[in-house]
Amino acid sequence: MKFPLSWLREYVDLPAVTAQEVAERLTAAGLKLEAIESVGHDIKNVVVGEVLSIEELAGFKKPIRYCSLEVGEAAPRWVICGATNFAVGDRVPVALPGAVLPGGFEVGSRKTYGRVSDGMICSARELGVGEDHGGILILPPTTQLGADVVELLGLRDDVIELEITPDRGYALSIRGVAREVATAFGVPWRDPADIEPPVTDAESYPAAIADPTACDRFVLRTVSGFDPAAETPMWMQVRLSRAGMRPVSPAVDVTNYLMLELGQPLHAFDRARLTGPIVVRRAEPGETLETLDHVTRELHPEDILITDASGPISMAGTMGGLATEISGGSTELVIEAAHFSATGTARMSRRHNLVSEASRRFERGVDRELPLYASWRAVQLLVSIGGGTAEPGVTHAFADVEPPVIEIPADHPDRVAGVGYGRETVVRRLEQVGCTVVVPDAAGAGPSADLLDGPDPAGPLAVTPPSWRPDLTDPNDLAEEVIRLEGYHRIPSVLPAAPAGAGLTEVQRLRRRVGRALAAAGYVETLAYPFTGPRDLDGLQLDADDPRRRAVRLANPLSEDEPLMRTTLLPGLLKTLVRNVGRGFGDVALFESGLVYRPEPDAPATAPVLGVDRRPTEEELAGISAALPRQPLRVAVVLAGEHDRSGWWGQGRPAGWADAVEAGRLVAREAGVEVDVRADRHAPWHPGRCAALYAGGELIGHAGELHPRVVEAYGLPPRTCAMELELSRLEATLPGPAQARPVSAYPVAIQDVALVVPSEVPVAEVEAALRDGAGELLESARLFDVYTGEQVERGHKSLAYTLRFRAADRTLTAEETTAARDAAVALAGERTGARLRGA
Amino acid sequence: MSNTYDPVEVTPLHADEVARMEAEALAAIEAAADLDELKQVRLAHAGDRSPIALANREIGALPPKARAEAGKRVGGARRAIGEALAARQAALAAERDERVLVEETVDVTLPWDRAPRGARHPLTTLQERIADSFVAMGYEVAEGPELEGEWFNFDALNIAPDHPARSEHDTFFVGSVESGMVLRTQTSPVQIRALLSRELPVYVISPGKVFRTDELDATHTPVFHQVEGLAVDEGLTMAHLKGTLDRFAEVMFGPGIDTRFRPNYFPFTEPSAEMDLRCFVCRGASAVPGGPPCRTCKSEGWIEWGGCGMVNPRVLTACGVDPGRYSGFAFGMGVERTLMFRNNAEDMRDMVEGDVRFTLPFGMEA
Repeated sequence: MKFPLSWLREYVDLPAVTAQEVAERLTAAGLKLEAIESVGHDIKNVVVGEVLSIEELAGFKKPIRYCSLEVGEAAPRWVICGATNFAVGDRVPVALPGAVLPGGFEVGSRKTYGRVSDGMICSARELGVGEDHGGILILPPTTQLGADVVELLGLRDDVIELEITPDRGYALSIRGVAREVATAFGVPWRDPADIEPPVTDAESYPAAIADPTACDRFVLRTVSGFDPAAETPMWMQVRLSRAGMRPVSPAVDVTNYLMLELGQPLHAFDRARLTGPIVVRRAEPGETLETLDHVTRELHPEDILITDASGPISMAGTMGGLATEISGGSTELVIEAAHFSATGTARMSRRHNLVSEASRRFERGVDRELPLYASWRAVQLLVSIGGGTAEPGVTHAFADVEPPVIEIPADHPDRVAGVGYGRETVVRRLEQVGCTVVVPDAAGAGPSADLLDGPDPAGPLAVTPPSWRPDLTDPNDLAEEVIRLEGYHRIPSVLPAAPAGAGLTEVQRLRRRVGRALAAAGYVETLAYPFTGPRDLDGLQLDADDPRRRAVRLANPLSEDEPLMRTTLLPGLLKTLVRNVGRGFGDVALFESGLVYRPEPDAPATAPVLGVDRRPTEEELAGISAALPRQPLRVAVVLAGEHDRSGWWGQGRPAGWADAVEAGRLVAREAGVEVDVRADRHAPWHPGRCAALYAGGELIGHAGELHPRVVEAYGLPPRTCAMELELSRLEATLPGPAQARPVSAYPVAIQDVALVVPSEVPVAEVEAALRDGAGELLESARLFDVYTGEQVERGHKSLAYTLRFRAADRTLTAEETTAARDAAVALAGERTGARLRGA
Repeated sequence: MSNTYDPVEVTPLHADEVARMEAEALAAIEAAADLDELKQVRLAHAGDRSPIALANREIGALPPKARAEAGKRVGGARRAIGEALAARQAALAAERDERVLVEETVDVTLPWDRAPRGARHPLTTLQERIADSFVAMGYEVAEGPELEGEWFNFDALNIAPDHPARSEHDTFFVGSVESGMVLRTQTSPVQIRALLSRELPVYVISPGKVFRTDELDATHTPVFHQVEGLAVDEGLTMAHLKGTLDRFAEVMFGPGIDTRFRPNYFPFTEPSAEMDLRCFVCRGASAVPGGPPCRTCKSEGWIEWGGCGMVNPRVLTACGVDPGRYSGFAFGMGVERTLMFRNNAEDMRDMVEGDVRFTLPFGMEA
C-alpha cells in the first residue's frame, strides 16, 4: 500500500525526518519498503487564475480557445487552451512562463495557433494528481487568486510504498502505520478512530445478522438530502491519487478515503433502491447477483451476502451489487460498515476470483470495533462535501465475541529471542502494540505498577490483544511483537552446537559420484523442467500401452502442451540437445539426474488432508503415501556429433551406441556393480542397437542408438544416442565397502585365443563362458579384435581375446595355463558354439 | 665348470691375450656411434659373457702364486674398459642431448581438445556445497518427494486452507484441485518429514527442487531450487538462527558479507524473519537519496536471500513434538538467488535452458 508521508504526519508528531528514514524504521519493524516516490518537488510557478474571457478560434481540427486570465499580476495573461470544460469566471491552475510541471516539463511563452500563448491552463494529470485528463482542473470559486497551486493542493509529498505481510491487516491503513511510525520514533500520535459518535437509541435503516459466523458487527448510518452534484474536494482527490486510487464521486471517494485512513472497508447504498430490511446471511441455492463490474455471479451456499427484500444486494466485503449502487442522482445514502468473517471473505474472494481492496483487508483481518466510528466519520465527511443531514440514528447489529486472552511467562520473548529484555520492556512493548497486559487473577484490580514490580521476572502475564490485531493468537505472536519493536538487530549471533552428525549417506554419496563420473567422461549436466506432454511421448514412439504413458496430470499446467509430469528424462534431454545443436554446438553430450513420476494404476486418486492438532498415526500417513506416485531417481545421457573429435591429430570418432552403453556401465560401476548387457528392443531405441542393462539380474535401464523415427520426430542429428537408467534401483543394492584383494607377486601368464562364433552370438555370452570356463586362475579376459571377412566362414565372426592368468601363491606352469585356457575355450564352445580359429 | 680345466692351459690369462681383449674393447667403444651401439658394445666387451669377464672367472683356477698376477692384469684391463665405457657414455649422451633431442622438438602449444569436456550444473554443485557446509556443522541431509501431499506442503506447516499460497495462483495441483497432492511449493515439507521420522534433536539441511506457477523470465522460473534448514532442540533461540545464517552467508559469500535480519511473515515460523544481503551490484549506493538507480535491488540496497524464523509451535504439535520442551528454527534460501549473488549469474533463463556455454565454465564445482 502507498502511504503519503503528509497523511502520516497528520496523525504523528514526526520530527524533521526524511521519507527514507521513516521507511528504514518501518522496514526494521516488519513493514518493508517497496519504493519511495517523491512527487511535486519539481513543480513550480503554477498559480490560481480566473478566466476573464474566452475567444473560440475557428479553422482548426479541434476546438481551440484563446483565454485571458487574471492571475494576480498587473495585467491579465493570454493563453491558448485545447480544453472546453471551463467558463468565464472559473478559477483554474495556470502555469506561468518559466513554470515546471511534473517530470521536468517546462512551460514557456510561445507562438501557437497564430497567437502568443503566455503559459498554460492545467488538467489534474498535468499537475501529477490522478489520471483525469478530460479537462481543466476547476478550483473552488473561493480559491485565492495568484495563490501557489503546489501549496494550495499539497502537491509536494513523498509517498512511501510498503509491502504489508498477510498477517498485518491493520497496516493496510494510515491508522495502523501511523501507530508503527509513532512507536518507531518514540513520538506521540493521534488515533484517527478516536472519535465520539453521538450516543443514541434511534435506529437507522433496519438490519439484522442472520449468521453470526459470517458477520459479527453490522452498522448502518444514513445521510439524507445529499447534493448529488457535489464534487470531492481537491485535497481528498490528491490524497486518493497519491495512495493509488482514482477519484470517482464524493460517496465513493469518502468510503475509499476512510478505508485508506482507518482500514475499514465501507459501502454506500442508494436508499431509494433498497426494499425492506437488510439481512446478512449466507447465499441460498440458485441465487445470483450482478456485481458492480457488470458480471452476474452464481452464488455459493457459503457466500456471505447483504440482502434486502429483493434478494442479494452485495457480496459482503468483496463487491457491491449493481442494482443498489449509488448513482449520479442519489440523495439518500445508506453507509454500511461491518466486520465480516476473514475466512468467509477469503473463500468468497477466491471462489469468484474477485479480489478487491475490501476483500484484501477483510481476509487479513479488520478491527472489529471500527464500524461504529468509521461510519460516523463517513456521514460527517459526506455532509461536509454534499450537504444534507447526517441522521443521528444508527443501526448496530452485532454478535458477542469474547476477546482472546493469551497467558505467557513475562520472559517468553527473552527465551524466544535469546535476549534479556526484562519484564518492563515486554509489558511496555505489548502495550504500545495496543495489548492490555495484566497479571493473571489480579485482572482488573492491579494497576501497572503491580504489573512491573512483580517479584518473578518469569511470572505470568495475561495479554489481551487489541481488536485490530486478530493475528495475535499465540505466545510466539506476542514474542515477535516485542522482538521486532526492540529491533532484530539486537539479537546476537550465536552458533548452536549441533550434535555430531553421520555425514552423507551412501546413497547421497553415490549420486554425487555419478554426477562427477559423467562430467569427467565429457557429459554436461542439464536441469530440464519435469513437464511433458503426449507429443513428447509420441515422439519417443512409445506404444499405446507403454507404462511410460501412464503419467501424473497437473490440474493447472503452465502449458496445455505439457500437462504431464515426466516418466522418463529423455524428452527434456533431447530437446535440450536440439537447442544446443541449433545454437551451433553439434558435438554435444548431456546428462541429467532427476526424479520421474510413476503413478501406480490402482493408487487412490486423492491423498487425505490430515488434522494438525496432533501427530498423525502411521496409518494416516500411509494413506498419503499410497496416493503419491513412485518418484524414483533416474540418470540419463544423450549424445550426438563427434564424441572423439577430429583435429590436427587425425580423424575423430562419431558418438555411437557404444558410448551410450559405456555411460550406463560407468554409472553402474560407481554403484559397485558391473552391468550385464543384453540385446533388447525397446522404444525409443533402434531395435538393432538397443542394450538392456541389468544389475544383479534386475533390469535397470537401456542404452544405445535412437530409432530413426525418434531422431526425425525430435529433429535430432542422425544417429543420436541415449542411455537412461534408474539410479534408485542401484541405490537399493549398494554393496557396502569395496573389499580389498591381495595383490599376487607371481608372474602373469598370457594366452591369446581367437574364437569363431556365429555372427548373432552376443560377445557378452562368449566372454561370460570364457570367464566361467577359465576358473579362478583367470585374471582378465580382454577382447582385442573382432574380425569378419574372407578369413572366416560366412555368417561367422572371429573374436580375439587376450587371457591373463595368475595365481596368488605360485608361478603358474605352462601346463596349468594351457589347461585353464582349454577349459575356457571348451565352455565357450559348449555354450555358444565357439571354436578355435583354424582348428 | 672351470674347475675341470687344467689350470696350466688357461690361455685367456696370458698377458698378450688380455692386452688384445682390452685393445679390441677400447676400439669398439671408440667406434660406437650412438648410445644404442654403445649398449651393444658394453654387452660384448664388458657384459657377463664378454671375453674379459670369462677370463676373470678363470683366475680362481690358477695356482695361488699365479692368481695375484693374473688378477692384477685382468683387473687393470677391466678398469680401463669400464672407464672408456663411462667416458664414451658421457660423450654420446651429451651429443644426444645437444642434437637428437633438439631434432625431436615438437610444438607443445598445439591444442588437444580431442576428448569432450563435461561439467556439472552449478545449481547441483552449489546445493552440494551448501549441504557440505552444514554437514560440517553436524547437520544431516534430509530428503522428501517433489510431488507431495498437500498436508505436508501446507496444513502441517500451519498454512490454513484459505492462505493465499494455497490458491491456484501459486501452486501446481496434481490431478485436480481437490486431490490433496501438489508439486511442493517449498522445501519446507521436508521439515515435517524429518520431524516425523527422526529422533530429536533434529539438525537437517535439505536442498531440492520446488515448483510455482510462474512463467519463466530473467528473474522467475516455475521450477527452482531451495535449501531448507531445520534445527529442533532444547533451548534454541533466534540468536542461534542468526548465528547459523551469518555463518552460512560467510561460507557462501566470503567474510565481510553484509547481512540484514528483518521481520517478515511465514505461517510456519513465528517469529519470522527475512535474511537480506547487501546488493552485490550497487553495494547499497542506490538506496541513498540521489544515488544511481540499481535494477538488481530495485534501488533498495538489499536483496532478499531467504526466509527464516522460529519453528511455529503449531508445526511442532502437528509433528508430535512437545513445544513446551523443544524449540527450533528453520530457514529456506533460494539456490538460484545464491548462484546469482555468488557467481554473478544474471539471467534465470540461462540456468534452465541447458546451453552448454553456460554450464561448461563451472566445471566440477560452482
